[in-house]
Amino acid sequence: MTLWQIILLASILVLGIKLLGYVVPPRVLQAPTAARTAELTTVALLSALIVVQTIGVGQGVVIDARLPALGVAAGLFALRVPFIVVIVAAAATAAAIRAMGWN
Amino acid sequence: MSAQAERRAAWRASLAVGLAVSAYGISFGALAVASGLDIWQACVLSLVMFSGGSQFALIGVLASGGVAAGPAAIVGATLLGLRNGLYAIRVSPIIGPGWPKRLLAGHLTIDESTAVATAQPTLEGQRVGFWATGAIIYVGWNLMTLLGAVLGNLLGDVRQFGLDAAAGAAFLGLVWPRLIALQPVVVAVGAAVVAAVLLPALPQGVPVLVAALVAVAVGVPNQFGTRPRSGDPISGEARL
Repeated sequence: MTLWQIILLASILVLGIKLLGYVVPPRVLQAPTAARTAELTTVALLSALIVVQTIGVGQGVVIDARLPALGVAAGLFALRVPFIVVIVAAAATAAAIRAMGWN
Repeated sequence: MSAQAERRAAWRASLAVGLAVSAYGISFGALAVASGLDIWQACVLSLVMFSGGSQFALIGVLASGGVAAGPAAIVGATLLGLRNGLYAIRVSPIIGPGWPKRLLAGHLTIDESTAVATAQPTLEGQRVGFWATGAIIYVGWNLMTLLGAVLGNLLGDVRQFGLDAAAGAAFLGLVWPRLIALQPVVVAVGAAVVAAVLLPALPQGVPVLVAALVAVAVGVPNQFGTRPRSGDPISGEARL
Protein backbone atom coordinates (compact mmCIF):
# COMPACT_ATOMS: atom_id res chain seq x y z
CA MET A 1 0.00 0.00 0.00
CA THR A 2 1.23 3.49 -0.75
CA LEU A 3 0.81 6.38 1.66
CA TRP A 4 -1.73 7.99 -0.67
CA GLN A 5 -3.81 4.79 -0.81
CA ILE A 6 -3.82 4.57 3.01
CA ILE A 7 -4.90 8.20 3.32
CA LEU A 8 -7.66 7.97 0.71
CA LEU A 9 -9.06 4.64 1.91
CA ALA A 10 -9.14 5.74 5.57
CA SER A 11 -10.71 9.10 4.61
CA ILE A 12 -13.44 7.45 2.55
CA LEU A 13 -14.24 4.97 5.36
CA VAL A 14 -14.49 7.68 8.02
CA LEU A 15 -16.64 9.87 5.75
CA GLY A 16 -18.76 6.84 4.83
CA ILE A 17 -19.61 6.15 8.49
CA LYS A 18 -20.88 9.72 8.89
CA LEU A 19 -23.09 9.44 5.80
CA LEU A 20 -24.33 6.00 6.87
CA GLY A 21 -25.75 7.55 10.03
CA TYR A 22 -28.17 9.61 7.90
CA VAL A 23 -29.78 6.53 6.31
CA VAL A 24 -30.06 4.49 9.52
CA PRO A 25 -33.48 4.67 11.25
CA PRO A 26 -33.25 6.66 14.53
CA ARG A 27 -34.46 3.72 16.63
CA VAL A 28 -30.94 2.22 16.42
CA LEU A 29 -30.04 4.72 19.13
CA GLN A 30 -32.67 3.18 21.37
CA ALA A 31 -30.20 0.34 21.97
CA PRO A 32 -28.06 1.82 24.75
CA THR A 33 -25.46 -0.96 24.48
CA ALA A 34 -24.39 0.14 20.98
CA ALA A 35 -24.12 3.83 21.91
CA ARG A 36 -22.31 3.08 25.17
CA THR A 37 -19.82 0.68 23.58
CA ALA A 38 -19.07 3.07 20.70
CA GLU A 39 -18.35 5.88 23.17
CA LEU A 40 -16.13 3.61 25.29
CA THR A 41 -14.30 2.41 22.16
CA THR A 42 -13.32 6.03 21.52
CA VAL A 43 -11.96 6.31 25.06
CA ALA A 44 -10.04 3.00 24.81
CA LEU A 45 -8.45 3.87 21.45
CA LEU A 46 -7.39 7.36 22.52
CA SER A 47 -5.96 6.03 25.79
CA ALA A 48 -3.98 3.30 24.01
CA LEU A 49 -2.71 5.87 21.49
CA ILE A 50 -1.40 8.04 24.36
CA VAL A 51 0.67 5.08 25.60
CA VAL A 52 2.02 4.24 22.15
CA GLN A 53 2.91 7.86 21.40
CA THR A 54 4.56 8.39 24.79
CA ILE A 55 6.65 5.24 25.43
CA GLY A 56 6.57 3.44 22.06
CA VAL A 57 9.55 3.37 19.72
CA GLY A 58 9.01 1.06 16.76
CA GLN A 59 8.09 -2.32 18.25
CA GLY A 60 9.47 -1.59 21.70
CA VAL A 61 9.31 0.63 24.75
CA VAL A 62 11.56 3.48 25.89
CA ILE A 63 11.19 6.08 28.65
CA ASP A 64 12.40 9.49 27.45
CA ALA A 65 11.48 13.19 27.43
CA ARG A 66 7.98 12.41 26.11
CA LEU A 67 6.85 11.01 29.50
CA PRO A 68 7.48 14.17 31.59
CA ALA A 69 5.94 16.18 28.73
CA LEU A 70 2.76 14.12 29.05
CA GLY A 71 2.78 14.72 32.81
CA VAL A 72 2.91 18.48 32.20
CA ALA A 73 0.03 18.16 29.72
CA ALA A 74 -2.09 16.22 32.24
CA GLY A 75 -1.51 18.87 34.90
CA LEU A 76 -2.48 21.67 32.52
CA PHE A 77 -5.61 19.89 31.26
CA ALA A 78 -6.63 19.41 34.91
CA LEU A 79 -6.31 23.20 35.32
CA ARG A 80 -8.59 23.66 32.23
CA VAL A 81 -5.87 25.35 30.20
CA PRO A 82 -6.89 25.62 26.49
CA PHE A 83 -5.93 22.72 24.21
CA ILE A 84 -3.51 24.60 21.95
CA VAL A 85 -1.59 26.06 24.92
CA VAL A 86 -1.21 22.62 26.49
CA ILE A 87 0.13 21.14 23.25
CA VAL A 88 2.75 23.88 22.97
CA ALA A 89 3.71 23.48 26.66
CA ALA A 90 4.12 19.71 26.25
CA ALA A 91 6.33 20.14 23.19
CA ALA A 92 8.35 22.83 24.95
CA THR A 93 8.88 20.55 27.97
CA ALA A 94 10.28 17.75 25.81
CA ALA A 95 12.38 20.21 23.79
CA ALA A 96 13.84 21.76 26.98
CA ILE A 97 14.70 18.36 28.48
CA ARG A 98 16.45 17.35 25.28
CA ALA A 99 18.26 20.67 25.00
CA MET A 100 19.71 20.02 28.47
CA GLY A 101 20.97 16.69 27.21
CA TRP A 102 18.83 14.41 29.38
CA ASN A 103 17.18 12.97 26.32
CA MET B 1 -36.52 33.94 24.38
CA SER B 2 -37.47 35.24 20.92
CA ALA B 3 -36.46 33.30 17.80
CA GLN B 4 -34.03 36.09 16.99
CA ALA B 5 -32.34 35.83 20.40
CA GLU B 6 -32.12 32.04 20.10
CA ARG B 7 -30.43 32.30 16.73
CA ARG B 8 -27.96 34.79 18.18
CA ALA B 9 -27.22 32.50 21.16
CA ALA B 10 -26.58 29.58 18.78
CA TRP B 11 -24.25 31.73 16.69
CA ARG B 12 -22.31 32.81 19.78
CA ALA B 13 -21.83 29.19 20.92
CA SER B 14 -20.76 28.19 17.39
CA LEU B 15 -18.17 30.95 17.17
CA ALA B 16 -16.66 30.24 20.60
CA VAL B 17 -16.37 26.50 19.97
CA GLY B 18 -15.44 26.83 16.29
CA LEU B 19 -12.56 29.24 16.73
CA ALA B 20 -11.08 27.31 19.70
CA VAL B 21 -11.16 24.00 17.84
CA SER B 22 -9.88 25.42 14.56
CA ALA B 23 -6.77 26.69 16.31
CA TYR B 24 -5.49 23.22 17.04
CA GLY B 25 -5.66 22.25 13.38
CA ILE B 26 -2.20 23.80 13.37
CA SER B 27 -0.90 21.03 15.64
CA PHE B 28 -2.44 18.42 13.34
CA GLY B 29 -0.74 19.90 10.28
CA ALA B 30 2.65 20.06 11.99
CA LEU B 31 2.38 16.52 13.40
CA ALA B 32 1.22 15.14 10.05
CA VAL B 33 4.35 16.26 8.22
CA ALA B 34 6.43 15.10 11.21
CA SER B 35 4.85 11.66 10.68
CA GLY B 36 6.09 11.48 7.10
CA LEU B 37 3.13 12.94 5.18
CA ASP B 38 3.63 15.73 2.68
CA ILE B 39 1.65 18.97 2.87
CA TRP B 40 -1.00 17.80 0.36
CA GLN B 41 -1.58 14.52 2.16
CA ALA B 42 -2.10 16.41 5.43
CA CYS B 43 -4.59 18.72 3.69
CA VAL B 44 -6.52 15.87 2.04
CA LEU B 45 -7.02 14.27 5.46
CA SER B 46 -8.51 17.47 6.85
CA LEU B 47 -10.62 18.07 3.72
CA VAL B 48 -12.05 14.57 3.27
CA MET B 49 -11.72 12.68 6.58
CA PHE B 50 -12.45 15.81 8.67
CA SER B 51 -12.53 14.15 12.11
CA GLY B 52 -9.80 15.16 14.55
CA GLY B 53 -9.53 11.93 16.54
CA SER B 54 -9.36 9.73 13.44
CA GLN B 55 -6.83 12.04 11.76
CA PHE B 56 -4.51 12.08 14.77
CA ALA B 57 -4.85 8.28 15.11
CA LEU B 58 -3.94 7.67 11.47
CA ILE B 59 -0.79 9.79 11.54
CA GLY B 60 0.13 8.47 15.01
CA VAL B 61 0.24 4.87 13.83
CA LEU B 62 1.98 5.83 10.57
CA ALA B 63 4.57 7.81 12.54
CA SER B 64 5.69 4.76 14.51
CA GLY B 65 5.03 1.99 12.00
CA GLY B 66 5.36 3.62 8.60
CA VAL B 67 3.48 2.43 5.52
CA ALA B 68 3.79 -1.19 6.75
CA ALA B 69 1.38 -0.30 9.56
CA GLY B 70 -1.14 1.05 6.98
CA PRO B 71 -3.90 -1.54 7.60
CA ALA B 72 -3.74 -1.02 11.39
CA ALA B 73 -3.75 2.76 10.88
CA ILE B 74 -6.85 2.54 8.66
CA VAL B 75 -8.73 0.27 11.11
CA GLY B 76 -7.82 2.53 14.06
CA ALA B 77 -8.99 5.69 12.28
CA THR B 78 -12.22 3.98 11.20
CA LEU B 79 -13.01 2.69 14.71
CA LEU B 80 -12.49 6.19 16.09
CA GLY B 81 -14.90 7.47 13.42
CA LEU B 82 -17.71 5.15 14.56
CA ARG B 83 -19.07 7.71 17.01
CA ASN B 84 -19.67 10.13 14.11
CA GLY B 85 -22.20 7.61 12.78
CA LEU B 86 -24.07 7.80 16.09
CA TYR B 87 -23.95 11.62 15.98
CA ALA B 88 -25.39 11.50 12.46
CA ILE B 89 -28.35 9.43 13.65
CA ARG B 90 -28.85 11.95 16.43
CA VAL B 91 -28.73 15.14 14.30
CA SER B 92 -30.53 13.65 11.29
CA PRO B 93 -33.98 14.97 12.40
CA ILE B 94 -32.46 18.43 13.00
CA ILE B 95 -31.17 18.58 9.42
CA GLY B 96 -34.48 17.57 7.85
CA PRO B 97 -35.17 16.12 4.36
CA GLY B 98 -33.34 16.79 1.08
CA TRP B 99 -30.34 14.72 -0.04
CA PRO B 100 -27.88 17.46 -1.07
CA LYS B 101 -28.35 19.07 2.34
CA ARG B 102 -28.00 15.74 4.17
CA LEU B 103 -24.82 14.84 2.25
CA LEU B 104 -23.24 18.15 3.21
CA ALA B 105 -24.42 17.74 6.81
CA GLY B 106 -22.86 14.27 6.86
CA HIS B 107 -19.47 15.71 6.04
CA LEU B 108 -19.78 18.26 8.86
CA THR B 109 -20.99 15.75 11.48
CA ILE B 110 -18.31 15.76 14.19
CA ASP B 111 -18.08 16.01 18.01
CA GLU B 112 -18.40 19.79 18.11
CA SER B 113 -21.17 20.47 15.57
CA THR B 114 -23.28 17.77 17.24
CA ALA B 115 -22.54 19.07 20.74
CA VAL B 116 -23.43 22.69 19.93
CA ALA B 117 -26.56 21.69 17.98
CA THR B 118 -27.96 19.41 20.66
CA ALA B 119 -27.26 21.99 23.37
CA GLN B 120 -29.70 24.51 21.80
CA PRO B 121 -33.28 24.58 23.16
CA THR B 122 -35.23 25.01 19.89
CA LEU B 123 -35.12 23.38 16.47
CA GLU B 124 -34.23 26.70 14.85
CA GLY B 125 -31.33 27.19 17.27
CA GLN B 126 -30.21 23.60 16.74
CA ARG B 127 -30.06 24.13 12.97
CA VAL B 128 -28.05 27.34 13.31
CA GLY B 129 -25.74 25.67 15.87
CA PHE B 130 -25.04 22.66 13.66
CA TRP B 131 -24.39 24.50 10.39
CA ALA B 132 -22.48 27.44 11.90
CA THR B 133 -20.22 25.27 14.07
CA GLY B 134 -19.61 22.77 11.25
CA ALA B 135 -18.83 25.47 8.67
CA ILE B 136 -16.56 27.54 10.93
CA ILE B 137 -14.54 24.49 11.98
CA TYR B 138 -14.36 23.12 8.41
CA VAL B 139 -12.87 26.34 7.09
CA GLY B 140 -10.70 27.03 10.15
CA TRP B 141 -9.45 23.47 10.59
CA ASN B 142 -8.37 23.23 6.95
CA LEU B 143 -6.63 26.62 6.89
CA MET B 144 -4.81 25.81 10.15
CA THR B 145 -3.83 22.35 8.87
CA LEU B 146 -2.20 23.95 5.84
CA LEU B 147 -0.41 26.51 8.02
CA GLY B 148 0.75 23.82 10.47
CA ALA B 149 2.01 21.57 7.66
CA VAL B 150 3.99 24.42 6.08
CA LEU B 151 5.49 25.39 9.46
CA GLY B 152 6.22 21.73 10.33
CA ASN B 153 8.10 21.36 7.05
CA LEU B 154 10.23 24.40 7.88
CA LEU B 155 11.08 23.07 11.36
CA GLY B 156 12.98 20.03 10.09
CA ASP B 157 14.07 17.86 13.05
CA VAL B 158 10.81 17.55 14.97
CA ARG B 159 12.26 15.78 18.01
CA GLN B 160 14.39 18.80 18.78
CA PHE B 161 11.19 20.85 19.10
CA GLY B 162 9.39 18.18 21.13
CA LEU B 163 6.74 17.65 18.44
CA ASP B 164 6.77 13.89 19.04
CA ALA B 165 5.72 14.56 22.65
CA ALA B 166 2.92 16.85 21.44
CA ALA B 167 1.13 13.86 19.85
CA GLY B 168 0.56 12.13 23.20
CA ALA B 169 -0.64 15.42 24.68
CA ALA B 170 -3.08 15.85 21.75
CA PHE B 171 -4.63 12.43 22.40
CA LEU B 172 -4.82 13.22 26.11
CA GLY B 173 -6.72 16.42 25.28
CA LEU B 174 -9.20 14.48 23.15
CA VAL B 175 -9.88 11.84 25.82
CA TRP B 176 -9.87 14.19 28.84
CA PRO B 177 -13.46 15.60 28.53
CA ARG B 178 -14.78 12.04 28.15
CA LEU B 179 -13.49 10.91 31.56
CA ILE B 180 -16.58 12.15 33.37
CA ALA B 181 -17.61 8.90 35.10
CA LEU B 182 -16.04 5.77 36.59
CA GLN B 183 -16.79 3.62 33.55
CA PRO B 184 -14.76 5.59 30.98
CA VAL B 185 -11.92 5.99 33.49
CA VAL B 186 -11.78 2.21 34.01
CA VAL B 187 -11.75 1.68 30.24
CA ALA B 188 -9.02 4.32 29.74
CA VAL B 189 -6.74 2.78 32.38
CA GLY B 190 -7.43 -0.77 31.18
CA ALA B 191 -6.72 0.10 27.55
CA ALA B 192 -3.51 1.93 28.50
CA VAL B 193 -2.23 -1.12 30.43
CA VAL B 194 -3.13 -3.52 27.60
CA ALA B 195 -1.38 -1.29 25.04
CA ALA B 196 1.77 -0.96 27.20
CA VAL B 197 2.02 -4.72 27.80
CA LEU B 198 1.45 -5.63 24.14
CA LEU B 199 3.66 -2.88 22.68
CA PRO B 200 6.87 -4.97 22.57
CA ALA B 201 5.05 -8.15 21.53
CA LEU B 202 2.86 -7.25 18.54
CA PRO B 203 3.43 -5.48 15.19
CA GLN B 204 3.01 -1.69 15.18
CA GLY B 205 -0.56 -0.43 15.31
CA VAL B 206 -1.98 -3.77 16.51
CA PRO B 207 -1.70 -3.13 20.30
CA VAL B 208 -4.02 -0.12 19.91
CA LEU B 209 -6.65 -2.24 18.17
CA VAL B 210 -6.45 -5.02 20.80
CA ALA B 211 -6.79 -2.38 23.54
CA ALA B 212 -10.12 -1.34 21.96
CA LEU B 213 -11.51 -4.71 23.07
CA VAL B 214 -11.40 -3.39 26.65
CA ALA B 215 -14.29 -1.10 25.62
CA VAL B 216 -16.30 -4.08 24.38
CA ALA B 217 -15.55 -6.12 27.53
CA VAL B 218 -16.71 -3.27 29.79
CA GLY B 219 -19.39 -1.70 27.57
CA VAL B 220 -21.49 -4.69 26.46
CA PRO B 221 -22.21 -6.06 29.98
CA ASN B 222 -22.21 -2.44 31.26
CA GLN B 223 -19.54 -3.08 33.92
CA PHE B 224 -18.87 -0.11 36.22
CA GLY B 225 -21.86 1.75 34.70
CA THR B 226 -23.90 3.81 37.12
CA ARG B 227 -27.29 3.60 35.41
CA PRO B 228 -28.77 2.65 32.03
CA ARG B 229 -28.15 5.50 29.63
CA SER B 230 -30.83 6.90 27.38
CA GLY B 231 -28.80 6.03 24.33
CA ASP B 232 -27.77 9.63 23.80
CA PRO B 233 -24.16 9.56 22.53
CA ILE B 234 -23.58 13.06 23.85
CA SER B 235 -24.48 13.07 27.50
CA GLY B 236 -23.60 15.85 29.86
CA GLU B 237 -21.47 18.77 28.85
CA ALA B 238 -20.40 19.61 25.35
CA ARG B 239 -17.11 18.03 24.36
CA LEU B 240 -14.40 20.19 22.97
